[in-house]
Amino acid sequence: MLRLENITQVFGGLTALEDVSFSVKEGSITGVIGPNGAGKTTLFNIVTGLYTQTKGEVFLGGENISFLNTEELAKLGLVRTFQNVELFRQMTVLENVMIGLHTKSASGIFSCAFKLPGQIREEKYILQKSREWLTYTGITDLADITAGNLPFGKGRLLEISRALAAEPKIILMDEPAAGLNSRETAELASLIRKIKESGVTVVLVEHDMDLVMDICESIVVLNLGKKLAEGTPRQIQENPAVISAYLGEG
Amino acid sequence: MVTVKKRQLLVFFVFAAAVLLAPFFLKGNYLLNVLVFVGINTMLAIGLNLLLGYAGQISLGHAAFFGMGAYISGIITSRFPVEPFLIIFLAALCVGVIAFIIGFPILKLKGHYLAMATLGFGIIMYIIFNETVDWTGGPSGLSGIPNLRVGSLVFDNDWNNYYLVWVFTLAVMLLSINLSRSRIGRALRAIHDSEVAARVMGVNARILKVQIFTVSAVISAVAGSLYAHVMTFIAPASFGFNFSVELLTMIVIGGLGSVYGSFLGAAILTMLPELLRVFQDLDIVIYGLMLILMTMYMPGGLIGGMEAAVRFALKKIGKGENNNAQA
Amino acid sequence: MDNFQQLFQYILTGLSNGAIYALIGFGFAIIYNSTGIINFAQGEFVMLGGMLTIFFLSVFQMPLVPAILLAIVVSTGVGILFERLAIRPLKDAQPFSLIIITIGASIFLRGAAMLIWGKDTHALPAFSSNDPLYIAGATILPQHLWILGVTVLIIIASRIFFNYSVVGKAMRACSYNPRAAGLVGINVKSMVLLSFALSSAIGSLAGIIIAPLTMTSYDVGAMLGLKGFCAVIIGGMSSGMGTVFGGLLLGLLESLGAGYISASYKDAIAFIILLLILFIRPEGLFGSKETERF
Repeated sequence: MLRLENITQVFGGLTALEDVSFSVKEGSITGVIGPNGAGKTTLFNIVTGLYTQTKGEVFLGGENISFLNTEELAKLGLVRTFQNVELFRQMTVLENVMIGLHTKSASGIFSCAFKLPGQIREEKYILQKSREWLTYTGITDLADITAGNLPFGKGRLLEISRALAAEPKIILMDEPAAGLNSRETAELASLIRKIKESGVTVVLVEHDMDLVMDICESIVVLNLGKKLAEGTPRQIQENPAVISAYLGEG
Repeated sequence: MVTVKKRQLLVFFVFAAAVLLAPFFLKGNYLLNVLVFVGINTMLAIGLNLLLGYAGQISLGHAAFFGMGAYISGIITSRFPVEPFLIIFLAALCVGVIAFIIGFPILKLKGHYLAMATLGFGIIMYIIFNETVDWTGGPSGLSGIPNLRVGSLVFDNDWNNYYLVWVFTLAVMLLSINLSRSRIGRALRAIHDSEVAARVMGVNARILKVQIFTVSAVISAVAGSLYAHVMTFIAPASFGFNFSVELLTMIVIGGLGSVYGSFLGAAILTMLPELLRVFQDLDIVIYGLMLILMTMYMPGGLIGGMEAAVRFALKKIGKGENNNAQA
Repeated sequence: MDNFQQLFQYILTGLSNGAIYALIGFGFAIIYNSTGIINFAQGEFVMLGGMLTIFFLSVFQMPLVPAILLAIVVSTGVGILFERLAIRPLKDAQPFSLIIITIGASIFLRGAAMLIWGKDTHALPAFSSNDPLYIAGATILPQHLWILGVTVLIIIASRIFFNYSVVGKAMRACSYNPRAAGLVGINVKSMVLLSFALSSAIGSLAGIIIAPLTMTSYDVGAMLGLKGFCAVIIGGMSSGMGTVFGGLLLGLLESLGAGYISASYKDAIAFIILLLILFIRPEGLFGSKETERF
């Protein structure tokens, strides 16, 4: 599904990622873990086209996407969520999800301004679909609340709903459990499983080891910008290099 | 949802009816003349608001587009016997193309840099209006611009001009309301809140910003053409940096991201100098203070403030009822 | 006058104008580096400097030096008031709110100046004599020398201040990373206040030293402020000497452009350069690139 080959990223002489390669199987949940500063978020920024890598290539379903920009990747079905939850804070919850359907609609400025029939039909579709997604993630009752006023945990759910509304093939989640309490984390775990069961590939960067070991089928460990190990949760837990990297840090 | 939509439509029709009936109560009144300019400024304010209030992209050079519309119409119709309405269209097209081309490099910039770049563009155009004397008449202005006419109907008095301008203004208002409640309007607001997240959701922020910049410039150009034909005389002083700031003041006072707020701001800023005539020159001090105070204490502008007040009042009434019910 | 003398004359005029632009640019950079704000009211402090000096000279019949000092003090006070009343109360403001507020302050100050001092242009007497000096056939007024001298002094003083004094180093720390600076015990708020004070002081000084040459009125601030901004953009916000170079380059190009191409488009030159730099190299000729973080 997603394949990274020899990704290297240098920021003004500082090597953030060095020669990282791995691939993600279609329909799986893959975890990317590693101590702080390992380059996990940088890796996500490269895959989603926010940074351009210094070297290396990214493939999505066989297609080279190394140099596509973020919005083109969204159209191809690659979306992400952010570590700090990037909501459209002044818009309502429902409107946030409606933005998720941007790639599923096509009316331009002209047809929107003149309310051409196609645009009206499309608008109905967007509204109906968005409500379905709110039901899917269980936040229907928050539909008309301004996103900026949501509690953090609900904001996370909204961000995921919005990403799902784009009907992605693959979704990248940057620390989805950060800032959640244990009940919310458990709910998140079952939501991620539900997403996977619907056929969407999930990649997540996460610090919560219990969550990662619980839901991921395969795990990639980064340390100081390099790939340290790759395997099933069990293999990773028993890998001496991984253990020493984590013990060494803390 | 349906009720919200219907209510919005109703509000627009009530507003439009009020606008179209107003002259019958103001016949022969000086106010009618002022309201012609309120209409023109409303168009301009909406144009800028689409860019700043929705997409969150500042422009301090919008007076230049207004001026370009006015000068293209003014120069061509005062020299050649052409159909002025056709030239309004041509002016809008030219300005649109120019805005689209400069939009790409300009809108790559963000925040303060964007403000300075648009300001620079505005000043360059202002200098061009002043210095191409052979065409524009330079600082002393361009006169002899014909009034618009349809058949035997000549738009040369306040009554006719009022309807001319307000038909355009109402059209711009309706189209902007439609736009704001569509996927494009939402995408623009998304860019405003978080450009990165919008792009991740597939919103092509770069193109969309240029598009709305272009639309905004075109609206300003049409307002400029109308202004030229209504006034029959134009001079660069109307299209300088000060006017760009005045437009900004209108939407900050009226309400960022609100079509009716644009109208409210335009109405206040157009009428204020008339009211303040006794205290000459006081207006720019007041604009300055209002810009600061509104941004600090009422970021939603007067429209936002009014909405909050209404909600507060409703809540109070609702609470009162609840208390009664309990008692 | 032969061609060479003319060229020399243009260069002299260009350099002295450029020095003013550099000083004003300094003011922009000081505030930008400590707060990320571009202070659109910067030019008004330039205007205040000149106008206040004239006011103290004519109304209070003060001698020149105390009048100048008092004008700088009052302008600095206005800058401090502005920060306290309109900038500090805003927390986490969006950039465009700050743009609007500084524009508001700018037109408020301009309007107030017009109400107080009227719309006339005034001239400040030259600091020393008005008799031109002749250098290699070109004329130079003593005031030009004052401008160049004061600018050099300010540059040296600010280099020493930012590189060697504790407070200056603290201000630089704030500009690199305000949170970290706060953590090591630097009072970030007072550094911001200080940056507004310094920048309005330098701005008003620039306005004072140029007033004898160009006359001054309530509305000179806008254009001078923008030119100063051009200077700092050419040089790059992060580079102190870059700003000086940017100002001098702008002054030279303007003066040569006005002399050899067209005097009426003199002001346009600055803005065309501004746009070109912003489009092609927004970090300035000497600035360093930054990577956005998500």
